[in-house]
Amino acid sequence: MATLELKSLRKTYLTEEIIKGISLSIEDREFVVFVGPSGCGKSTLLRMIAGLEDITSGDLLIDGQRVNDVEPGKRGLAMVFQSYALYPHMDVYKNMEFGLKLAGVPEKERSEKIQHVAATLQLEPYLHHKPGQLSGGQRQRVAIGRAIVRNPKVFLFDEPLSNLDAALRGQMRVELSALHRKLNATTIYVTHDQVEAMTMADKIVVLQKGVVEQIGSPLELYHHPRNLFVAKFIGSPPMNFFSAIFQNGGHDGSSVQLRDGTLLHVPVSPPDILPGTKITVGIRPEHVELAPASDDSGVVEVIERLGAITLVHVRCADGQIIVVQTDGFTTLEVDTPVSLKLPPQHCHLFAPDGLAFEACRRHPLAA
Amino acid sequence: MQAVLEHSAPKGASERKGKRTGLLLLSPAVLILLVWSLVPLAMTLWYSLINYNLIDPTLHGFAGFSNYWYLLTDPDFLYSLLHTVILVVGVLIISVGGGTLLAILYDQEFFGRGIARVLVISPFFVMPTVSALLWKNLMLHPIYGVYSAMMRAVGLTPIDWLARFPLLTVMMIVSWEWLPFAVLILLTAVQSLDSEQKEAARMDGAGPIAQFRHIILPHLSRAISVVVMIETIYLLTIFAEISVTTAGGPGVASTNLAYLIYSRALLQFDVGGASAGGVLAIIIANVAAMFLVRSVARNLEV
Amino acid sequence: MAIKTKRSTKIAVTCLGWGIALWLFFPIFWMILTGFKSEVQAVSTPPKLIFAPTLSSYAEVFERASYWHFTFNTVIISVGATVGALLLAIPAAYSMAFMPSKRTRGTLLWMLSTRMLPPVGVLVPIYLLARSTHLLDTCTGLAIVNMLTNLPIIVWMLFTFFREVPAPILEAGRMDGATRWQEMTMVLLPLALPGIASTALLSLILCWNEAFWSLNLTSSNAAPLTAFIASFSSPEGLFFGKLSAASTLAVAPILVLGWISQKQLVRGLTFGAVK
Repeated sequence: MATLELKSLRKTYLTEEIIKGISLSIEDREFVVFVGPSGCGKSTLLRMIAGLEDITSGDLLIDGQRVNDVEPGKRGLAMVFQSYALYPHMDVYKNMEFGLKLAGVPEKERSEKIQHVAATLQLEPYLHHKPGQLSGGQRQRVAIGRAIVRNPKVFLFDEPLSNLDAALRGQMRVELSALHRKLNATTIYVTHDQVEAMTMADKIVVLQKGVVEQIGSPLELYHHPRNLFVAKFIGSPPMNFFSAIFQNGGHDGSSVQLRDGTLLHVPVSPPDILPGTKITVGIRPEHVELAPASDDSGVVEVIERLGAITLVHVRCADGQIIVVQTDGFTTLEVDTPVSLKLPPQHCHLFAPDGLAFEACRRHPLAA
Repeated sequence: MQAVLEHSAPKGASERKGKRTGLLLLSPAVLILLVWSLVPLAMTLWYSLINYNLIDPTLHGFAGFSNYWYLLTDPDFLYSLLHTVILVVGVLIISVGGGTLLAILYDQEFFGRGIARVLVISPFFVMPTVSALLWKNLMLHPIYGVYSAMMRAVGLTPIDWLARFPLLTVMMIVSWEWLPFAVLILLTAVQSLDSEQKEAARMDGAGPIAQFRHIILPHLSRAISVVVMIETIYLLTIFAEISVTTAGGPGVASTNLAYLIYSRALLQFDVGGASAGGVLAIIIANVAAMFLVRSVARNLEV
Repeated sequence: MAIKTKRSTKIAVTCLGWGIALWLFFPIFWMILTGFKSEVQAVSTPPKLIFAPTLSSYAEVFERASYWHFTFNTVIISVGATVGALLLAIPAAYSMAFMPSKRTRGTLLWMLSTRMLPPVGVLVPIYLLARSTHLLDTCTGLAIVNMLTNLPIIVWMLFTFFREVPAPILEAGRMDGATRWQEMTMVLLPLALPGIASTALLSLILCWNEAFWSLNLTSSNAAPLTAFIASFSSPEGLFFGKLSAASTLAVAPILVLGWISQKQLVRGLTFGAVK
């Protein structure tokens, strides 16, 4: 069991800095997800931890030991690659055996370990199949098995589910969570899929352009995004944004005026900004409420019915589109006039520098 | 380069260590090639500037540029240069042009296509001395050759090809060897053409000729540049075919630069003169190489 | 109507395809045929297509002890040069494919450009160097020269093949604790084996058929088959039967290898320009 510590890690390719000083500590048995748009450096960071990319500056500690210059195979890690990277010329058994063999584990012990892991992952019937004969899901299991069998201190996953179809992905997600509970090993998981991040993580690290945007539990990120980027990135469909004028504020909340003149009193305390500053208001589609039109503040433009829920795209008087999520039973139709209600307790305010106003009260699930 | 970087992936635990390993693995090949390409080159340059004859030791001392002067004013040299260019260009035109057409032909579905293809590419695997003798004796021999017999059969007088058209005949023999190579490469390239692209062109109303010009030919350009490069490497130094069939003759009618240098060095033992020719050959080859390697480099995503 | 046109096109394509194929292959076919003729039959005018085959020409070629001597030389030279070149090229290609640096592209192009150096340009110094190192007219000498001339092309081909191996598989090996050496021998080489085999094959073919250095650097001791066949260009060449039998023997192994491996050869030869 292991802890990891990243101390202002940096990575420079030629002249370009890809990872711009990331510090992070990962607790024993924690399931940490690195998430971010493509090109944010999440995979590079994982590969730096693995030892497949060298660290330009900063320290990487595993169990308190600096491992910057330790060979990947000697760091006590195991990695599951996006493409699985199984050895095509070896059968499943040999794939799992390879690392143990290199580590000098006696044959009998190797066989016991592999049998055990194969049983856990229901791979027994395939032990003597080559990877080419297996389905995507089976290959995925072999890749996981190859990692487990070495009994590593830390598991690294590099977008392991992105090559699977949607149904299988959902299934593997559940299996991976169950497996993590069973093995109780420290895990770092890279994905661009926020559903994977939200459902599996103990702790999510949101990355953008080589910088950490926020670290927190899934619900912390959902309820209290630290800035505009995280607010936009977490949540589907994404949060609605519109501009407003900051009026005044204190410990109990902030008042803002929307463009149509409505005053809103949001329970967040303002940073040090002047009244009259232009700020951004954000609210998630699931929190906007629709009311029958009392005025012509909005018109339904598109309706997406997903069955259980309905997404209503409303064009406001000023031309902006606001997405509203309602239940599956709404009888609204396109071109119907509607008005929108923004419950202040669900609104987020963002200062001009993109940072969120601090909530007066933390959400009970995201304390 | 871009592709390499994207592909590159594995990097050592410590960059310096990784770089050292990489260099260590690369250096034997690089060093030995460096020696192989520089030492003889330097020696050739040196010899070309001195008087050096293997059977006349009285002839020695610094010659300056007289070897070059002697060579450049020698009509034989100019002929051999011309013949070299004619051979290279002629064979390239025949093999690339014919190769493209044949590649399209053998891309069509027909009975026994697989066997026909194997027959077509076979000449490439025949060693140059064999193919030269084969053509000289079995095919083109004025008395016993098959072609002569065929000409007699239709009432014509057989031609002594190698005596009357030595350069052209050598070109034909060499083309026979290299056309299959072009077919081999270009056929693979034609087959790799996405059929949807052809279908899209057909939907746009492109006839066979328009398809060839606008779809197939651009698609083949990379493969063609590879063929041109590899063939040029070999065609610049055609030797065995000439040595076996005409020995450069009659006179110098089929002497190319390679054969001229050979005859100067190993038949007349004039090391200085031969080396001067060698230097000129290297210069010519480098000019060609510059164009070729550039164009290939452009066409390859290294 | 349309179908009819199509059928006639098809017939035309078939005729053309087979006609050209037979025409191009005819000299080889005739050579094989002539090998089974007696010397008298071989020079009969008009040439005979139907005759009583005889093995007398082959018997005569085999009777000359020298034939085996030449074949032996060719095999030694080709195999030696190929093995040597692979030993040098595999680490180099591995390094360039998986540990590329800013200079990789330049190095590759430079290697190719050394191949553009015309052998005639350096004939004299190589000849003199070989003479002074007593490598003239030895299999070792010719194998070394063959190895060096083919090395750039072999490095390129291997580089092309190695790059087709997904890098994560090698990384997985490293995560499993493999050293660079183990990674190369236990993961990369088994995966790239088909590519390495076809590279070796191409090298064998090039060495087997190499003529320039073979003719200029050997006389009797180390002369390979190319030189043996070239000796028929003397008046002895008029013995068509023997010439054909010897030529067939010299060409057959490579011809068969080429037939079997044409697809793999192309993949390497195009340097990845054709997928």
